[in-house]
Amino acid sequence: MIYFDNSATTQPLPDVLQAFVTINERYYANPSSIHERGVEANALLTRAREQIATLIQTEASRVIFTSGGTESNNLAIFGVTASTQHIGKHVITTAIEHPSVGEAMKRLEKEGYDITYLPVDAQGVVALNDVKQALRKDTVLVSIMHVNNEMGAVQPIEAFARLIHEESRAHFHVDAVQSYGKLPVHFNGDAGPDSIAISAHKIHALKGTGLIAFRKQPMLTAQIVGGGQEFGKRSGTVAVAQNVVFAKAMRIAFDEREQHFANYLKWRHHIVATLLQLPDVKVISTKQGAPHIITFSVAHLRGEILVNALQDKGLIVSTSSACSSKQQQTSHVITALAIEPAYREGVVRMSLGALTTEQQVMEATAILRAVITTIKGASL
Amino acid sequence: MIWKEILIRYGELSTKGKNKMDFIRRLRENIRYSTADLGHLTIRTEHDRMFIALDNEEMKDALVERLQHVFGIQSFSPVAACGKDIEEMKQLAKDVMKQYEDQTYTFKVEVKRTDKKFPLESHALQRVIGATVLSTYPNLKAQMRKPQIEMRVEVRMDAVYIMAQVIQGAGGMPIGSNGRSVLMLSGGIDSPVAGYLMMKRGVRLDAVHFFSPPYTSDNSLEKVKDLAKELTKFGANVRLHVILFTEIQLQIKEDVPENMSMTATRRMMLRAVDKVREDINALAIVTGESLGQVASQTLDSLTAINDVTTTPILRPLIAYDKLDIIDIAQQIGTYETSIRPYEDCCTIFTPANPKTKPKVEKVAHYEERSDYEVLLDRAVKNREIYVYPEKKKVEDKFADLL
Repeated sequence: MIYFDNSATTQPLPDVLQAFVTINERYYANPSSIHERGVEANALLTRAREQIATLIQTEASRVIFTSGGTESNNLAIFGVTASTQHIGKHVITTAIEHPSVGEAMKRLEKEGYDITYLPVDAQGVVALNDVKQALRKDTVLVSIMHVNNEMGAVQPIEAFARLIHEESRAHFHVDAVQSYGKLPVHFNGDAGPDSIAISAHKIHALKGTGLIAFRKQPMLTAQIVGGGQEFGKRSGTVAVAQNVVFAKAMRIAFDEREQHFANYLKWRHHIVATLLQLPDVKVISTKQGAPHIITFSVAHLRGEILVNALQDKGLIVSTSSACSSKQQQTSHVITALAIEPAYREGVVRMSLGALTTEQQVMEATAILRAVITTIKGASL
Repeated sequence: MIWKEILIRYGELSTKGKNKMDFIRRLRENIRYSTADLGHLTIRTEHDRMFIALDNEEMKDALVERLQHVFGIQSFSPVAACGKDIEEMKQLAKDVMKQYEDQTYTFKVEVKRTDKKFPLESHALQRVIGATVLSTYPNLKAQMRKPQIEMRVEVRMDAVYIMAQVIQGAGGMPIGSNGRSVLMLSGGIDSPVAGYLMMKRGVRLDAVHFFSPPYTSDNSLEKVKDLAKELTKFGANVRLHVILFTEIQLQIKEDVPENMSMTATRRMMLRAVDKVREDINALAIVTGESLGQVASQTLDSLTAINDVTTTPILRPLIAYDKLDIIDIAQQIGTYETSIRPYEDCCTIFTPANPKTKPKVEKVAHYEERSDYEVLLDRAVKNREIYVYPEKKKVEDKFADLL
């Protein structure tokens, strides 16, 4: 079985699982407790937080653990807008965000916010000038994803950050769930975003774990209240073991990023070259996109038929994104990209990960070639 | 790498006449001490400045960070060097000034020519180098009077030396040049600041802490150890003496009326500290007391407490406002540790209405009910001593998990 659905989730690394078990055996105490065991668990949690802070170039007190990417994006959007209501009620985002941002925006709209949805070009990229034009005096938040989850488009985050910091006081939030470990993700001083959301299970750690980190001390209204954990920004007993192995997975992803990146480039080139030889295939992801995501479509063919056919041969891929693939409608990303109608139904995403091997890529291309040729041959 | 050495300018010790050689020697030792993990440094001393040779870029960065904390240094500058060739000099001048390229600073060039055989004379050199820098970095502006950056070019016999950046040192005097004292370290915000201020005046410190288990937890002791460790970054080791005080505190509770127990407790602490001082041949006692801050720090209280000894008690914070003390604590990095929420031995057994004007005779009268001399001698004799920084790094039990 070849698992090419790493953008949906990844297989936890053996080291991660082993450490997770050890931590639950030895450091299971509540890190907020004042007894020895609690202090020890807290010391371990602090080390994890410091390690993460170093990796993304901020301070430990600005790293807040959450339950995952969705909560992190929600916290950024609702937390920042709640504490800036007196400044303004205008928010900028894009037409291709993950639903954890998109749906949050819809709720803000109901609450009386004015939301600007920036369009993307055929490559899925937002124009710098569009951001500039959209910024207003009452803009309090700009939320833009780094790498698109459905087709891998990469937004020029640094250029956006510089522009937003220069021309406004808006908070710039970046959904980096699909980019951490693939592209450089860090605060980079003044050229960086104000906050970053990262998810653990996308980088070979565990589900139910994520973080939001800030460049400076955040103006943020907590959305989950209770015992005041996570500097009062996110209550709930802190999941020490999950967060520590998250830190571990982040370190490994950081250390191995360049090596993986080179492999992804090489492998994408090989897969795309194969796809382009096949009949009625359109490659939707672009050369400028993140190389671990390869999205394509076969004309007049429903995506799920292709997913099932490939699975029968041992290749696991997904329709555009796992979150929306169970819904029977064209994804908002595909709509925003203005793909021709013949190709809208059959969008399939292959996503590579840290455990992908060259042999898997070779086998996968053979399966793609065989399956698509058979299906298209049969329907002719 | 362009960097050749770091030039260190001494603080006020330049004015110390015949003791100067001793001061310079101490400063050199303290620099060696606080950089021991970087390997052996080549240090050259002159009567008003000191040079540390640089091997690589990392060493320069590490030294720039460390030297800022070492007392006795007024300021220091990384110095670059090149051959005695005008093209090389121009290039080096550009490299040295590169760090200021994005800022709008005023600057001037000063040239000193020890090698009088060098073909270009000082003014000509000044013009050539100034023009090169100005045309490379348009943000910089020439200004002869009080420029923000003074670039110094020295044409010596062996090579040409260029420096521009002046980094402020911590000032003060090298630790050890003013003897040894004992610091009463409670774990609060004030006492580490008092210790810091005395270290800055060249005093070497031993810290004493009173530990009252089970009324105070191991966490509070850990906190005090961390504070002692933090004080070592100013360029000297710190010994921490931990005295078990539970027995004495309980005895005081028995013997002395509640409203005077605090005064009696302080008196006992001071007697114990004085015994430690005698034992280690220190000269004075340092406390973080600030006048009027709490009941034990009124002038009457201080008098009643001070009555037990004739040893000089140094109270560097006596006239400081709490907010000023907090400011310093934050600057020197002890604040975060100090505010960890653990009980210390001063906050337990606190009477509801302590006397702010205790009478010495009355307190002394109650103290006669037990033989405290014996209790104190035993507590001081059984004290535990920790030395910081610790020689060996504790094994990192979390390393595999991260």
